[in-house]
Amino acid sequence: MNIEIRDLMLRANEIRRLAIDMIYNAQSGHPGGSLSSADILSALYFKVLRVDPKNPLWEERDRFVLSKGHASAAYYAALALRGFFPLEDLKTFRKIGSMLQGHPTIHVPGVDMTTGSLGQGFSNSLGMALSAKIDKKDYLVYVLLGDGECNEGIVWEAALSAAHNNLDNIIAILDRNMYQLDGATEKILSLEPLQDKFRAFGWNVFNVDGHNIEEILNAIDMAKRRNGKPNMIIARTIKGKGVSFMENTHEFHGKAPNKEQYERAIKELDEIEHKIKGADPNE
Amino acid sequence: MNESQRQAYGETLVKLGSDRRIVVLDADLSSSTHTIMFQRAYPDRFFNMGIQEQNMVGVAAGLAMSGKIPFASSFAVFVVGRAYDVIRQSIAYTNANVKIVATHGGITVGEDGATHQMLEDLGIMCGLPNFRVIAPADAQETRRVIENIAYVDGPFYVRLSREKVPTILVDEVFDIGKGIVIREGDDITLISTGIVLSRVIEAAETLAKNGISASVIHMPTLKPIDKDIIVKYAIRTGRIITVEEHTVFNGLGSRVAEVLSENHPTRLSRIGINDVFGESGPGWELLEKYGISAKNISEKAISMVRS
Ligand SMILES: Cc1ncc(C[n+]2csc(CCOP(=O)(O)OP(=O)(O)O)c2C)c(N)n1
Repeated sequence: MNIEIRDLMLRANEIRRLAIDMIYNAQSGHPGGSLSSADILSALYFKVLRVDPKNPLWEERDRFVLSKGHASAAYYAALALRGFFPLEDLKTFRKIGSMLQGHPTIHVPGVDMTTGSLGQGFSNSLGMALSAKIDKKDYLVYVLLGDGECNEGIVWEAALSAAHNNLDNIIAILDRNMYQLDGATEKILSLEPLQDKFRAFGWNVFNVDGHNIEEILNAIDMAKRRNGKPNMIIARTIKGKGVSFMENTHEFHGKAPNKEQYERAIKELDEIEHKIKGADPNE
Repeated sequence: MNESQRQAYGETLVKLGSDRRIVVLDADLSSSTHTIMFQRAYPDRFFNMGIQEQNMVGVAAGLAMSGKIPFASSFAVFVVGRAYDVIRQSIAYTNANVKIVATHGGITVGEDGATHQMLEDLGIMCGLPNFRVIAPADAQETRRVIENIAYVDGPFYVRLSREKVPTILVDEVFDIGKGIVIREGDDITLISTGIVLSRVIEAAETLAKNGISASVIHMPTLKPIDKDIIVKYAIRTGRIITVEEHTVFNGLGSRVAEVLSENHPTRLSRIGINDVFGESGPGWELLEKYGISAKNISEKAISMVRS
């Protein structure tokens, strides 16, 4: 593993730890889908996105829309780590008067779109991509979707529309963690064969392990080739990734850990950090 | 005692479920709305549609056209907001026998923030012909409302809250379109809808200590509104304050203003959300911050009575 990938993995782990902290501190929020998307956010914010934390509204910046807005804890953590605002602010998450609302808003430096009502962020990303075409700008538009989110009609309206308008400047990433709020996606409303659906709708589709940062980066590189079609990276992930008792369940979709669970979660994430660093945790 | 309206809703659905015409739909929030209780009891007549509010409501209309009594649930902001056109065309216009029961109404949704805090649903739904619109005050009343509307033909919108609420209406009868007198007084009338009733009663107690006797009326039905009770108490007390966990536009305050100005113009003050979005924070604290508090109600009442 090269140093850069190792660094991105450590960043992802830091995003996870901060997200759990924030959700525990607020006693509300969405751990499952925050943890599943941490590696994707790390790859985006620490390698891929052309952004400037000193100038969050820079016109040439790549856009990013968190269409699955409930993963706000991981998103805010990534933005703070990237330097858009002080890490201290994360303590105010979901509290009265905070800049860091339960779901992302454009008042937060680095946030390009207010989200939280599922599906809308995907449409919004099309508008940003269309605008880039009108202005002949070369920025790319990244958008992160949930798999449950793909139940919504608006997602498929946007999918049709993006292909029709040849929006090859969109790189969508689908956090395919197999669970939504009430249970397993395939039990509630089957999505499979999901990649065939997006292909049939006119998209380039890439399949990656969403916890393998190298694979994520490679897929993004391929998507950047721009062949006239919009790009969908289906990232196979584990809901709750990194905290054993939150993994592969919908139980922690929208539930904060209690004290004991919180301490266990942080301990497990600390152990992962040691593992990535190659250190013996008992040292 | 604090009880959950959502829990009461789930329990009542199970009770009604022995009637095979009752069908329940949800949009991936069954564990929050508590329709999951019906799913456990009657899995063959429960449909978790996934995150598809529009489709859910459209399907409910089709079920109603085929003789079923569908209950469709989600958070207020999504079932009304995302699905409005479907509700309008497929349910209101056809007078379909669909019961939309929304949970997580108002600002007491709390930490999820403005995207999830529905503050305009009562107005939107009252605007639709054929719909009747109900906001129960507590869990006990929720049970009576659900049992009642199940067997009244036509579309209903019922708004419930996320937070547990104090139980007040232990055995008051629920009649569609009828206000409920909670307390009698001569100086001013406080009218509220939904879960803010406990705050209004608290305000009335404060007022009593200040030598002001207030009538308190709970208005579970926003549409059809109980004109008679509004006019009767306007004549009796000459001053009215409305209180609702909703924008001051188009909700209870507006409806009461319409009745008063057409029938018996009376001094009126409306307490509600003042044309702003909410924010994240603990639900009851937000209610205070945005002025829907016993303190604000009693202060307004005192200044109205003394001016
Ligand atoms: C339009 C809309 N309907 C319902 C919800 C409530 N809700 C929030 S998250 C969620 C489940 C999302 O599942 P998924 O997209 O798979 O998210 P992930 O597993 O990645 O967290 C639901 C139903 C919402 N936010 N927006």
